[in-house]
Amino acid sequence: MSNKDNKDISRRDFLKTTGIATGTLIGGGLIGGLIGYNSNKMAMPTKSPNTTNNTTNKTAQTSEGKMFFTTDKDFNIIASATERIFPKDDLGPGAIDLGVPYFIDRQLAGQYGSNSKEYMQGPFESGLPTQGYQSRLTRAEIFRQGIEKLDTEAEQRYKKSFTDISDQERDVILTAFQKDEVKMQGVTASFFFNLLRSATLEGAYSDPLYGGNRNMEGWKMKGFPGHQMSYINVIEKPEFQKIEPRSLGMH
Amino acid sequence: MVKTMPKVDVVTVGVGWTGGIVAAECTKAGLKVVGLERGKSRGTVNFANVHDEYRYAIRYELMQDLSKETVTFRNNRRQKALPMRQLGSFLLGEGLGGAGTHWNGQVFRFLPYDFEIKTMTDKKYGKNFLGPGYQFQDWGLNYDQMEPYFDKFEKTSGVSGEENPLGPKRSDKYPNKPMKKTPLLQKFEKASQKLGYHPYMMPSANLSAPYKNIYGETINACQYCGFCERFGCEYGAKATPEVAVIPAALKTGKYEIRFDSNVVEVLTKGGKATGVRYIDTVTGEEYIQPADVVVLTSYMMNNAKLLMVSKIGTMYDPATGRGTLGRNYCYQIMPGATGFFDEQFNIFMGAGSLGECLDDFNGDNFDHSKLGFIHGANIALTQLGLRPIGNNPTHIDTPIWGAAFKKDSITNYTRSLSVGGQGASIPYKENFLTLDTRYKDVYGVPLLQINYDFTDQDKKLHKFISAKCGDILKEMGAKKVEVRADLTNYNIVPYQSTHNTGGTVMSKAPEDGVVNNYLQHWDCENLFAVGAGAFANNSGYNPTDTVGALSFRCAEGIIKYSKKGGSLV
Ligand SMILES: Cc1cc2nc3c(=O)[nH]c(=O)nc-3n(C[C@H](O)[C@H](O)[C@H](O)COP(=O)(O)OP(=O)(O)OC[C@H]3O[C@@H](n4cnc5c(N)ncnc54)[C@H](O)[C@@H]3O)c2cc1C
Ligand code: SF4
Repeated sequence: MSNKDNKDISRRDFLKTTGIATGTLIGGGLIGGLIGYNSNKMAMPTKSPNTTNNTTNKTAQTSEGKMFFTTDKDFNIIASATERIFPKDDLGPGAIDLGVPYFIDRQLAGQYGSNSKEYMQGPFESGLPTQGYQSRLTRAEIFRQGIEKLDTEAEQRYKKSFTDISDQERDVILTAFQKDEVKMQGVTASFFFNLLRSATLEGAYSDPLYGGNRNMEGWKMKGFPGHQMSYINVIEKPEFQKIEPRSLGMH
Repeated sequence: MVKTMPKVDVVTVGVGWTGGIVAAECTKAGLKVVGLERGKSRGTVNFANVHDEYRYAIRYELMQDLSKETVTFRNNRRQKALPMRQLGSFLLGEGLGGAGTHWNGQVFRFLPYDFEIKTMTDKKYGKNFLGPGYQFQDWGLNYDQMEPYFDKFEKTSGVSGEENPLGPKRSDKYPNKPMKKTPLLQKFEKASQKLGYHPYMMPSANLSAPYKNIYGETINACQYCGFCERFGCEYGAKATPEVAVIPAALKTGKYEIRFDSNVVEVLTKGGKATGVRYIDTVTGEEYIQPADVVVLTSYMMNNAKLLMVSKIGTMYDPATGRGTLGRNYCYQIMPGATGFFDEQFNIFMGAGSLGECLDDFNGDNFDHSKLGFIHGANIALTQLGLRPIGNNPTHIDTPIWGAAFKKDSITNYTRSLSVGGQGASIPYKENFLTLDTRYKDVYGVPLLQINYDFTDQDKKLHKFISAKCGDILKEMGAKKVEVRADLTNYNIVPYQSTHNTGGTVMSKAPEDGVVNNYLQHWDCENLFAVGAGAFANNSGYNPTDTVGALSFRCAEGIIKYSKKGGSLV
């Protein structure tokens, strides 16, 4: 199904099946919802510069600013670590081409980085794994320390920066973090590793408006069509539906 | 300076399903109701950009702000309880509609067996079948008494469903026809029928057609958009409190909702509630809202906490078994299996309660005498709309990162299906709620503490149901089936379900529970506590049909009480 068909069907269908066309909803909540929908669509400010066309836009990527990281070195360390977690292969781009490092940069600069929705009152004690996050550190602080430790591990083991070692060497170090064989302060290495792994997947697959999943390549690899208004007309079809993905910015 | 507001007939703490139903019914009966809600107003209009997995499903946009308040948790009394610092195991609601805004809408009635679990288990399997420590009790209200209230909740939310071949008696059919039986659901149906089971379409509050409910409110038709669980519906097609009941209450002119109002205490004098004390979370000012009737509708966790901090009732003590407040905390277990196929499925399409399910291994629908556990699970294949951050199905032996992970998770995203059950959790003496002695919320009130671990009963049930799920997947033609690993300790980190129950249990007699079968507090006649906290045990189903039914029962009680006073039983 082409993108255009899909859009038309869902619009038409939405009007038909929800009862708007027959006027049953006048005065109900949905009219307000519909107006909100249209005006939001026009005002949508969050279009990522890389989703405006369907070709990979390398220049936009390199000229993009950073909100959290202050040195290229730190940025490159995290970039090369995410690429090992989600590498480029014959299925498609890896973390770097998907913009994951930029996604992480923006997240660390915001609510996610400052743990503003988490309970951060003491006393802090190391708990059991079944008790979850117990660090006094925010995610931004954990990433900062984690990056530093990735690099010191590389220096200690291979006498080079994390950015200069081979992929296999990086994997050795990441595995050591995963298995808690590296010492960190105020947080375990495996906790940092899991945070990094989750953030990488989040950056690969979240809506491109967050700076990752460039050109929706993450979704395309996985066969996820992103933001679609409705599947009511295709959900009963027995065949697998290949649908061109849509992001919120295309709304 | 604490400011005292003008007195009202009824004040509710929180405006989700329970608060919304109590408000709709009481205002209809002419009572003046104020709803105090700690969160903000919201509704369909806010959900135009809701198809955003990261913001809503991963970063929990619509859920409780834990920086203000959370719970603490430990697996057992030998451990130190520590705060749940970020959401995980369950997702607490906040804001207009509560968790009812971002629920799935799977609407199951509990079984006759659930309401009389002690009598029926003892009769069939003999006393002490499970051994010591399991605390069964009947609810003090049986299925036949509950039936009219179930019917009412289903007609409030326009449930779209079909008769369950093994279900209890219904006075009427569902108000709407079931949702679309997609190819995936048909596959499950065929396989389970072949195995001799009795599948049916999951009863759903994602509506199959536009519907006007018993209050004259319209709920629209579901678009199968796939962004339902954890999201608000941009179409107004999911029955939620703010679509189905709150507008009806507001139209009476007798209802006021005050947002940003966090209740910190229930005030009492001479054995009666006089009102509640709350904090305006924007200005920090303190208020007292006096009322003739106080209703706790703040989810089972907050209901229990408010009673505890206000010192109303007797705390449960696991050492002696005495006391009722905090007792019978139950959760659920999530047995299941994953099947890997060669063909690709449209798993990204769906709706919050699009599913086909069966009750052949739920309640006491099968013989337990040789199994060493009681109760069971509703087993289902759901098509909720799988999103890519949260769903990375891989084989058990695949690494969790790197090239192999990427390949396996991408390949199987559209090529694997899961069949799962919601296992009933049976109350156990060491599973309970109490107040934490070390951690406080931002208002200086102690946090609620959860003491919980899975029991032997849970582990046996989990193994049994997981194997059944695996059998169905095999019959469905999976080339490989992986059954969920054996249950170990309860872990508060991964999401399991927001089906927490107990703590303020209802009962036939005051010594067995906190509230009577009108949800009226045994020790404080003008105080009501409604929600899943009233459940004496959990079931193999989602709770909200039963929660909604009890809310109607409670509202009936409040209206009666406002005329006559005294104990309603
Ligand atoms: C992701 C998800 C999916 C679910 N799916 C299903 C399903 O498919 N089927 C089903 O049956 N159930 C489901 N549930 C469970 C269902 O949402 C709950 O059973 C139901 O919403 C409970 O209603 P309630 O009124 O008791 O509590 P809530 O909906 O939690 O409402 C309580 C309200 O009280 C407010 N409040 C709390 N404390 C205070 C205070 N101190 N002062 C002021 N206000 C306060 C809260 O902000 C909240 O708005 C799901 C839940 C979640 C999170
Ligand atoms: S699946 Fe249906 S009910 Fe759920 S959000 Fe989408 S349209 Fe609404």
